Amino acid sequence: MKASQRLVAGLSGAALFVCAVAAQQQINGAGATFPNPIYSKWFSEYQKLKQVAINYQSIGSGGGIRQLTNQTVFFGASDGPMTNEQLQQAPGKILHLPTVLGAVVPVYNLPNFKGEIKFSGPVLADIYLGKITKWNDPAIAKLNGGTSLPSTDITVVRRSEGSGTTYIWVDYLSKVSPEFMKKVGVATSVNWPVGVGGKGNEGVAGLVQQTPGSLGYVELIYAIQNKISYGTVQNSEGEFVRASLESVTAAAGAAVKNMPKDFRVSITNAAGKGVYPISSFTWILLYENPKDKAQSKAMVDFMKWALTDGQKFAGELGYAPLPQEVVKLEMAALGTIKVQ
Amino acid sequence: MASLFQRRDLAFRIGTGAVASCLVLLVVAIGFELARQSSLSISKFGLSFWINDIWDPVSGEFGARPFIWGTLYSSVVALLLAGPIALGIAIFLSELCPARLRQPLTFLTELLAAIPSIVYGLWGIYVLVPIVRSFEAALPAPLKALPFFAGPAVGVGMLAAVLILAVMVIPFSASVAREVLKAVPLSQREAAYALGATKWEAIQAALFYARTGIMGAIMLGFGRALGETMAVTMVIGNNPKISLSLLAPQYTMAAVLANEFTEAADELYLDALIEVGLVLFIITLAVNVGSRLLIWNMNRPAKARKPVVAAAPVGEAA
Repeated sequence: MKASQRLVAGLSGAALFVCAVAAQQQINGAGATFPNPIYSKWFSEYQKLKQVAINYQSIGSGGGIRQLTNQTVFFGASDGPMTNEQLQQAPGKILHLPTVLGAVVPVYNLPNFKGEIKFSGPVLADIYLGKITKWNDPAIAKLNGGTSLPSTDITVVRRSEGSGTTYIWVDYLSKVSPEFMKKVGVATSVNWPVGVGGKGNEGVAGLVQQTPGSLGYVELIYAIQNKISYGTVQNSEGEFVRASLESVTAAAGAAVKNMPKDFRVSITNAAGKGVYPISSFTWILLYENPKDKAQSKAMVDFMKWALTDGQKFAGELGYAPLPQEVVKLEMAALGTIKVQ
Repeated sequence: MASLFQRRDLAFRIGTGAVASCLVLLVVAIGFELARQSSLSISKFGLSFWINDIWDPVSGEFGARPFIWGTLYSSVVALLLAGPIALGIAIFLSELCPARLRQPLTFLTELLAAIPSIVYGLWGIYVLVPIVRSFEAALPAPLKALPFFAGPAVGVGMLAAVLILAVMVIPFSASVAREVLKAVPLSQREAAYALGATKWEAIQAALFYARTGIMGAIMLGFGRALGETMAVTMVIGNNPKISLSLLAPQYTMAAVLANEFTEAADELYLDALIEVGLVLFIITLAVNVGSRLLIWNMNRPAKARKPVVAAAPVGEAA
């Protein structure tokens, strides 16, 4: 008698558990590592609100695109937009939806130099091409009002692995230097002419912090967290702008006027006052007409939340929120996704 | 009754045989799968993949030579450093160490092998690399003129990778070599002492007796060095340029796989990376087969003339 009661209790407990699991929607996604902190925050906040569990694996943009194309995940995420070729290989139409903005900053280590170094795109490109090798090069001195920098060698530091950060960096350098475009080009990993590779943002930050005379590039948040000096960069208006949430959002605002319908836009070297030139969107990738309409509905609802209420979490994590105009355009685009 | 035991014997033999052949099948399957997955790259680049120096994901041109060079160079130099030290540790622990110290020292050596390689990597970045950098900066000019020490003192690079590999390889080689030396029959040493050999000469005799095992211990370390990924990736500088200089940042096959796999969206790029895996697989296999052959070759004449050879060094010394 007792045993059977216990059995019934156990079974009903198990049934309850099964019900609870069934009630909670599961969505799987994979992709870029760069927005992982904000995505994790969003997914956990959203789960508290709506009982929707979103699993995100930050395996890299390339991996995200691959898995989305093979339909092993429901959504992908990427720091660089998919190429036309990649879009053609996918079994259905894929939409790009910008979620937040990030910036990449030039970080340096010059122990006896106080003050902020001013960089320009062409000078950074020449350093990464190996044409400028000393800190006291006339081209650098000219930007800095004749301030004499030490005569030490520049140790160029870059990412060793494929990364969205690298994509943004070389995308900018290729826009401002035809030679860089020709010799190196734009991709998540490139064939660097010079430099040492550090693994991850933390690897580059670590190398720069340890190596006197080094110059590297990291995401803004890493430079702030590790208290590494980062320079201002000259934008297309000729201003030297320091990366900040405002100057990054300004870059997106400047791009709104000529925003293509599919949001596949690069906003490095954007025109306009107060714009930080090495900024970029990061995208979530969704099929327009996915098989599972229930998941599609849940995902679209999530996206609407992320683009509105979710944006307030961006600042504290070092990302710039989207300008209102972009959000408006995206809301329209979300309306085209089939949910039933 | 006897037939039951015989049947059990047979079943046991078949069972263990099946498990053992699984291992062979697994190796074959890995090789086959790597080749299949990299077919695009194999058909496009052919053998030039092995000798091309350019690795350019943007233009889709891939050659693995800088990685092959980096892998072999770092492993060989690491072995040159680690081999004598590991042997010294093994000799001390098995022949000379006071009994009270033996247990703790053996334990410590084996503990080194248990440290995860990412921990070695972090230690490398924050402790070893700054030391290496100041060492490189302090190198005297005549040394800097040699091709082995050319270039600026960056810290990360081949030298840091070699040092970290040596530290990682030592415990493996040392503990296997110690086991091998322990297995040398006491009679060998007794015979040496009986002929009036000194301690050093008796150890020489034991070393000679155990030489194939010691060779095996060192090759085990070499195998580990070839495939070591995380720690090397973090300190080698990841620059696919072939250089003799220990100061130059270079690259290994395992490191390029760890670095670039996640972001390789393009088919050819992915296939080229898998082919790097295949090359690493082939080289590791070749090194292991080579060392087997070497050991086998060392063993053969020794067996034929065993009594004479085993006594020879002691005899000469005496």
